[in-house]
Amino acid sequence: MTAIRTEHEYGAHPSVLPPAASTAQDDLDIAPAVRLDLYRRLEELRQFEKRAYDLFMQQLVKGTSHLSLGMEAISAGFGGAMRKDDYTFATYRGHAHTLSRGVPMAPVLAELLGRANGLMGGKGGSMHLTSVEHGVLGSYAIIGAHLCVANGAAWSAQVRGSGQVTVCFFGDGTTNIGAFHEALNYAAVFSLPVVFVCENNLYMEYTSIAEITAVPSPAADRAAAYGLPAIKIDGNDVDVVYRTAADALELARSGGGPSLIEAVTYRHGGHSRADPGKYRPAGEVEAWLAYDPLTIYRARLARLGVAESELDVIRGDVAQAVDEATEEAKNGRLPDVESAFTDVWADGGSQWRN
Amino acid sequence: MAQLSYREAVSRGIAQEMARDGRVMLIGEDIGGAGGVFKTTGGLSEQFGRTRVVDTPISEQAILGAAMGAAMTGLRPIAEIMFADFFAVCWDIVVNEIAKMRYMTNGQVTMPLVIKSGNGGSLRMGAQHSQSVENWAMAVPGLKVVTPSTPLDVVGLMAAAVRCDDPVLFFEHKGLYASKGEVPDGEIVDELGKAAIRRPGKDATVLALGLMVGRALDAAEELAREGIDVEVIDVRSLVPLDTQTLLTSISRTGRLFTVEENPRLLGWGAEIASIAADECFWDLDMPIRRITTPHIPLPSADSLEDAVLPSVDRIVQDVRKGVYL
Repeated sequence: MTAIRTEHEYGAHPSVLPPAASTAQDDLDIAPAVRLDLYRRLEELRQFEKRAYDLFMQQLVKGTSHLSLGMEAISAGFGGAMRKDDYTFATYRGHAHTLSRGVPMAPVLAELLGRANGLMGGKGGSMHLTSVEHGVLGSYAIIGAHLCVANGAAWSAQVRGSGQVTVCFFGDGTTNIGAFHEALNYAAVFSLPVVFVCENNLYMEYTSIAEITAVPSPAADRAAAYGLPAIKIDGNDVDVVYRTAADALELARSGGGPSLIEAVTYRHGGHSRADPGKYRPAGEVEAWLAYDPLTIYRARLARLGVAESELDVIRGDVAQAVDEATEEAKNGRLPDVESAFTDVWADGGSQWRN
Repeated sequence: MAQLSYREAVSRGIAQEMARDGRVMLIGEDIGGAGGVFKTTGGLSEQFGRTRVVDTPISEQAILGAAMGAAMTGLRPIAEIMFADFFAVCWDIVVNEIAKMRYMTNGQVTMPLVIKSGNGGSLRMGAQHSQSVENWAMAVPGLKVVTPSTPLDVVGLMAAAVRCDDPVLFFEHKGLYASKGEVPDGEIVDELGKAAIRRPGKDATVLALGLMVGRALDAAEELAREGIDVEVIDVRSLVPLDTQTLLTSISRTGRLFTVEENPRLLGWGAEIASIAADECFWDLDMPIRRITTPHIPLPSADSLEDAVLPSVDRIVQDVRKGVYL
């Protein structure tokens, strides 16, 4: 990944360009059926996020939102490699993390729309997607905190001897907060079955991560401090992600302890709904838009002999599923106001006095 | 029946629950091999092993995160934050994560965990190791908050907290660790959300918590010699709050005093005063009076700390003044 210094309207910072050759990983040992499954996941995440974006633009979704457009390969690769009962800890940019565990689209969209049929009945919203039955133990909107919480789920699995592995996603900006360092040391000391996945999309929010981080690779360069190997991968290549994920999951499951993976990627849009992303140099954006996880994967599958028509069928199926989910979500009623007063406590209520 | 110190009662309560339920774990700094810096967890590591009694790094966020994630997935951890002042370095996990998770997920997640912590002043430890912070916790929806004042209550409330399916902040008072009291043999389980009338009286209601309960009782004895009959209530549990017991007493005596170790602004007594003003105003014979530490950080020198924490003398004077108003 080449760094070129580029001037642009928000000042100057080094551009980081994607890998030049997208054919390099064609020969990874991954079964054809798994590859098609990964492709379907990519399509689901892409088309869902586009729909979420459209609904924002129609002002049907309120509040803020953080989309994973351009970053789908990381969630798709991990989702494909994880065991059904493994745990996911997601970030506030967590639609993809959540969907990739098999959570249906309709309740997620309904949650964004604030409907009663939402995944959490409208009480969590875009940044807190949770589906315990799918192993998604929450999406967390305070940078760094959930790395510490993920350790707890991993500790519990270790104590219970369940063989479950916890996967915890976070962004590059998280590597500069204290909780990251507390969590990594803690996981390493207790050899917890947890995989930390840094989605390095090169910008913490509006600021280039390179500008405000003491090392070039914000996660991989910190791994040594916790006795872990530096693992830095192409986060836009779903095969690479899948293979790396499978290895890290196996290591954790067999008692080998935690991993820290830095997956380099790029978000196609801004940080959140409010951000047009103008702080990024034009050449950099164009290069990464071209190095799109779906584009490069379709090209690979074609090189490996998969008919384009077969891929188009998948794409069409997903489009139909997104449409149906949108209808189902929109048809949901608004939550009862009484539901604002439920589930503060385990007894289901919110009483604080007698 | 045995005489136990307050600190021994902490480990007795934890041991009772760990023996009863294999899901109960204990984690914190120096709690295992060293038995805790306040010696409240002595012997537990030997009794239950290093898997269930875990010595952690100085990483308060990691400690509480571990407790939270474990609670979400089938364990019932007790985490120690050594000094309650240190909640400030991990307050995010408490406030944004632990307290809100069940609500945000529409009840998908249950959070059965206890955070125990050494709270309060009187040990000359200065402004960063002496604060009373129950009111920080009381301000956050989703947290239960208890402060035992006797060894018996320590055991019973610890058991109740561990068995509760909600997060409970368990504030031990550092100034009470050496105090002793009778604790019967056998299993002891108390109830969250119940205040205790420590001394019945008819002229005034004095509410206190933790270290202040004993001072309120001493003040009541002194006032009794002057013919003022004070009812002293140990609030014990701030959330849930036993307003029935408190309001019944206040309505009967017509006079309400709170004795709060926290700095003045927004102490727990302010909330109770507001409830009393709202719900038994016409039974009051005088304005509600809060006796608190002034709104300052706690100084370290013994003479200074003694001068600013509510003392027996100050309670006596304020109650006397109020009753003769």
